[in-house]
Amino acid sequence: MPKTGVRAQTISVKDLPPEKFTRLDEYINSLPSTKGALIDIIYKAQEIFGFLPREVLLHIARKMGISGAEVFGVVSFYTNFTMNPQGLHTISVCMGTACFVKGAPALAQRLQEKLGIHEGETTKDGLFTLKNLRCVGACGLAPVVMIDDKIYGRLTVAELDQIIESYQKEAAGVAH
Amino acid sequence: MRINTLEQLKEQRIQAEKTIQNRIFGQPSARPEVLIGMATCGIAAGAGEVKEAIEEELERLKLTDIKIVPVGCIGYCHSEPLVQVNLPGQPPVLYGNVDAAKAREIVKGHLVGQQLLADGITEPNFERVNLEEAKAFEPTGQRKQLRIALRNCGVIDPTSIDEYIAGHGYEALGKALTQMTPETVIDTVKRSGLRGRGGGGFPTGLKWEFTRKSRPGVQKYIFCNADEGDPGAFMDRSVLEGDPHSVLEAMAIGGYAIGASTGVIYIRAEYPLAIKRLKTAIAQAKEYGLLGGNLFGTGFNFDIELRYGAGAFVCGEETSLINSAEGKRGEPSNKPPFPSESGFWGQPTCVNNVETYANVAPIILNGGDWFAAIGTERSKGTKVFALAGKVNNVGLVEVPMGTTLREIIYEIGGGIKDGHRFKAVQTGGPSGGVITEDYLDTPIDYESLKAIDSIMGSGGMIVMDETDCMVNIAKYYLEFTQDESCGKCTPCRVGTKRLHEILERITEGKAEMADIDKLTKLARTIKDAALCGLGQTAPNPVLSTLKFFENEYLQHIQEHYCATGSCKALVKYSIDKERCIGCTACAKACPVKCISGEVKKVHAIDQTKCIQCGACFTTCKFGAVIKP
Ligand SMILES: Cc1cc2nc3c(=O)[nH]c(=O)nc-3n(C[C@H](O)[C@H](O)[C@H](O)COP(=O)(O)O)c2cc1C
Ligand code: SF4
Ligand code: SF4
Ligand code: SF4
Ligand code: FES
Repeated sequence: MPKTGVRAQTISVKDLPPEKFTRLDEYINSLPSTKGALIDIIYKAQEIFGFLPREVLLHIARKMGISGAEVFGVVSFYTNFTMNPQGLHTISVCMGTACFVKGAPALAQRLQEKLGIHEGETTKDGLFTLKNLRCVGACGLAPVVMIDDKIYGRLTVAELDQIIESYQKEAAGVAH
Repeated sequence: MRINTLEQLKEQRIQAEKTIQNRIFGQPSARPEVLIGMATCGIAAGAGEVKEAIEEELERLKLTDIKIVPVGCIGYCHSEPLVQVNLPGQPPVLYGNVDAAKAREIVKGHLVGQQLLADGITEPNFERVNLEEAKAFEPTGQRKQLRIALRNCGVIDPTSIDEYIAGHGYEALGKALTQMTPETVIDTVKRSGLRGRGGGGFPTGLKWEFTRKSRPGVQKYIFCNADEGDPGAFMDRSVLEGDPHSVLEAMAIGGYAIGASTGVIYIRAEYPLAIKRLKTAIAQAKEYGLLGGNLFGTGFNFDIELRYGAGAFVCGEETSLINSAEGKRGEPSNKPPFPSESGFWGQPTCVNNVETYANVAPIILNGGDWFAAIGTERSKGTKVFALAGKVNNVGLVEVPMGTTLREIIYEIGGGIKDGHRFKAVQTGGPSGGVITEDYLDTPIDYESLKAIDSIMGSGGMIVMDETDCMVNIAKYYLEFTQDESCGKCTPCRVGTKRLHEILERITEGKAEMADIDKLTKLARTIKDAALCGLGQTAPNPVLSTLKFFENEYLQHIQEHYCATGSCKALVKYSIDKERCIGCTACAKACPVKCISGEVKKVHAIDQTKCIQCGACFTTCKFGAVIKP
């Protein structure tokens, strides 16, 4: 899914921890060849940094001897890559056809209301990022919502409310 | 351990059969076993907790000789989590909707007490292909399904290469390498009539032949398309999670046939479990010498690597897939040259779908004619469908080509959910169309679905009832394709956006009659002018719903009326005076407090304030709130 409303600028974060760059370099150096490995490297960078700020994209470009535009071109093409900081938890509503006809739009709307953000945004407290996704392949359990790696199936709006609240409580508990 | 000859492999099979007993052929097993459906869908439904409960209970009762086998998708997704009990001398029994409490009950009552609990199913509604003797398949009342591609799904432990070998795994590869030339392999696949299951239905044998003959002597590649971008389809995931070795084996056979020593599986990152299963399977096959160098002592080398998708539907298209596998933007390239001429790194490349591969080993073992005897004149074998939506038995279904939609939806699928009326079934995902009641008796194959303006596609089958608005469905698909358009060519990039805008106007009651004309003209233009399959098929859901449900479009435009209430802007909620008992529940639920009325008196909605949130509709237990 090429992103809708891609923000034209990449975020610049100057003070990224150097040890993260070291980890990324170690990964790149461990590859037998960087030929065709750009997507793998971007995935790795996103895993290490959590998102892909401008400095990271340029670092990858220099390391691979390609242009920054090429790296940016790939990052902006694919939905799984993000150039914005993400919340602690990512909530993804499945918008595949099976989930759509079984009530996913109501779940998505409820989440937007409850969290006060739109798809693609992160709550102010940094707890949740809201996303849509296209089918996790558990269509038999539609409608499906995924929070981080956990899949919740056959969801009703009321159940969703409870689940979100349990995450909020947990976060509040940790803070205390 | 390394397997160097076909004889060694058969020896290994005999050993392995002892450990899994007769489980594969659905016969009574010799040792008590508990199978748990642990594919993504099963785990999401809670199979993990069920497994823990069973383990605890077995430990508590000191039943250490009972084996727990996590298997892939059993197919009855509507009743997950699923647990199957196999006891010696008895037919297997399947239990659905199992939770931790019920799991304990099954252990105590069935495994120990030897009593079949009330809701166990002993007769599955499908038959599995028999690889011992190539028997013909006779559908019966209950059993309309034949499992070829899904032969091992839900029966074997996908993390055990021995269980795969016990079901004649890798024997087709051994046979191909030691007893057949690449040409006879291709000939067998051609004779089988196998056509690509990824959507297009191109004859697989022919594609292999093209790639083999193209630029002899150069390095070639064989790809597995495991992108499964179709929203609402999950058969490829099920095969990869439930039977990964069948894909590896078929890729090696295909590699031998076309002359490739490297296979690449392009898999979507959204399928982490499938990726894990594939990695395990590849490592096991290497350890056994069934992948790697000098397979079966024939000097044939074959290795497989994985590439991950990064969330772009268009990457399922074969030229984009290859670009993406090279680490680039996944934009389609012009054809020709076809991948069989110039694909991965410019070399001849053959791309096949997961399910296509899953059919290959049985064809090699049982022969092309056996496969060609199943199905219809021009569509051979079986097809796996991911049956979902408003049908009772959602799940994985594998039927011989030529089975009718009615059989799938009503007999296998158990009819429409919650007593609703069937309205349409959508096949082929964003590239397909809807099929109405009038065509339910159409025998499904590539040609007849095309003849009624839909397509087989990859096998997603979404059932819709009278509460689904067809204009809204068309808008949904256009939003999808517009979102997924790679933007390389204008007809698709701009055209799908305009189509979506018109549909949006219609669902908001802001369209004019002239818009219908614009819609059709634009749709035809995009079909003709777009560069790749995404754009060429994007208008299909519009054209198809327009053809079969024109009255709904007209209602939206002329009467500003959406009969299903799906189009929010057109819904009006009101309260039925006859039914309202004045319970006040709706008034409490209304976020803008626009419902008035006293306790035990009829309530009323102030239309000027209502925001159409629908809270009153879902709250009222007496069916008194009505829409549209
Ligand atoms: C936009 C688009 C998306 C596609 N997505 C898939 C997909 O997810 N999986 C797949 O196997 N084929 C997909 N295809 C079809 C492939 O291009 C290709 O025809 C297929 O993988 C060939 O394998 P087969 O001959 O075994 O069907 C897609 C085609 C188009 C145009
Ligand atoms: S038809 Fe659409 S997806 Fe295909 S190349 Fe053109 S813009 Fe890209
Ligand atoms: S919930 Fe239904 S029955 Fe109760 S007051 Fe509202 S409309 Fe009447
Ligand atoms: S639809 Fe929502 S806003 Fe309108 S009356 Fe019902 S509850 Fe109130
Ligand atoms: S459509 Fe939601 S899981 Fe497939």
